[in-house]
Amino acid sequence: MECSAAELMISATARLLDGCRHVAVGVLSPIPGSAALLARARSGGRVSIIGSTLPEYRTDGGVDIFDCAGQGRVDAFFLSGGQIDGQANINLTGMGDYPNLDIRWSGAFGSAYLYFMVPRVILFRQEHTRRVFVERVDFVSAPGTSAPGVYRPGGPYALVTGLCVMRFDRSKACFALQSLHPGRTLEEVRDNTGFDFDVPEAVCETKVPDQVELSLIRGPVARDIADAYPAFARSEFGVSR
Amino acid sequence: MQTEFCRDADELVSAIPDGASIAIFKDSGVPMEAARALVRRGVKGLHLITVPTGQLVADLLIGAGCISTVETSGISLGELGPAPNFIRAVRSGEIKIKDATCPAIYSQLQAAEKGIPFMPIRGLIGTDLLAHRPDFKLINNPFDDRDKVVALPALRPDFAIVHVALADRSGNAWVGRQPELKMMAHAARCTLVTAEQITDDNILEEERLAAACLPALYVNAVAPAPEGAWPLAMPGHYDTDADHLKVYCERAREMDGMVSYIEEFVTGSSEAAE
Repeated sequence: MECSAAELMISATARLLDGCRHVAVGVLSPIPGSAALLARARSGGRVSIIGSTLPEYRTDGGVDIFDCAGQGRVDAFFLSGGQIDGQANINLTGMGDYPNLDIRWSGAFGSAYLYFMVPRVILFRQEHTRRVFVERVDFVSAPGTSAPGVYRPGGPYALVTGLCVMRFDRSKACFALQSLHPGRTLEEVRDNTGFDFDVPEAVCETKVPDQVELSLIRGPVARDIADAYPAFARSEFGVSR
Repeated sequence: MQTEFCRDADELVSAIPDGASIAIFKDSGVPMEAARALVRRGVKGLHLITVPTGQLVADLLIGAGCISTVETSGISLGELGPAPNFIRAVRSGEIKIKDATCPAIYSQLQAAEKGIPFMPIRGLIGTDLLAHRPDFKLINNPFDDRDKVVALPALRPDFAIVHVALADRSGNAWVGRQPELKMMAHAARCTLVTAEQITDDNILEEERLAAACLPALYVNAVAPAPEGAWPLAMPGHYDTDADHLKVYCERAREMDGMVSYIEEFVTGSSEAAE
């Protein structure tokens, strides 16, 4: 079954959400948002999408999503980064010397809080290059791990890219390759990753979405994600709000 | 204090002096017409607090040279991409930036609305955000010495600028689904409201509207501003003007284009803006 790169990422991300009762989706997150909707279509649970006007995806206002996470009422969330390093530190702020950065990105948004609070944070970035996956981020918008004693019920769980899926081992502060997308090789991932990661003896291939999954993605998922991400839904699925 | 009624957004924002701090919410209704009025007045040196993030309104005010400091958790044009004026101004050092995280800005405003000096928050420990914010302090949890929290100072903007669907002649403003607009108004020294519509009926007498209403006690001045969020959406009234946003993005890419955008759509004749 033919699927796009985005559809493969959506399907792979959705499988990482098994067992989650409440998945929240932040800004600039169309692929994770689609994954959350796909997981919900298959196994139920609630999804909250910041920026969606559809009643079923609303929280009780902008402050509430953070209060909700602070209480442990959010099981999974998604973060990305202009840079992500081997300790799962993320940089959403920029490159160069702060504050007059050579390259300025949008900013940390809720990451410096939600990365600590949400048990299952899934990192995503379609572009898998050494520009993104660096040895050490220039600026820690949100740290992957914290010193003992820091209150931190949450943190990184996995990383989904255009090449592979990695899991994060919090005790070792290290990523481990979980699966390679069809046609991708370990060498290709190594060549394009600026940090070391563990490689298990058997690396499987990322499961390609089947017909049922694809029709969910292209049907109800595409329809509902179009509300918060109209441009994405139009270019990826040809669906209008 | 009686709520003052202004002729239009231009008269409303004449109360805002150069150098004032202004708070603007991220979402609908974004007070675009009030921002254009600030640009028309040529206001300088504003300290912009985005609640908690910023989009077109922040980029426009920065591009027009109205802002000297931005306190924000992030500024982006969403699916349209990065905010070009913001990025240019940070790189050149033209604006000072105070980077925060969304719940920090909300908590700081909540401290201000309660009249308390600070609010503790989880997270932030070990970030470079904290390292670059000397006004954020790592303190011991007074109830458990082994636990640390970050204390954030109360944030009291000089002005909250909000755009609502409906206000009334008593100065009450209906905030709809955005309780954060109330929080901003409670926290700010002065709140200026633009409204799509101004009704003769008292909103607080309407059982179904009252809960989502900011009472006139907190509203210093109101001005009518039909299509006051344009080119952004106003739920229940109009959708985003996607074609215009494309024009903005193209022009804002270079400073020359931004200048021509402002001349055509902000400071020029009102016909050109329609």
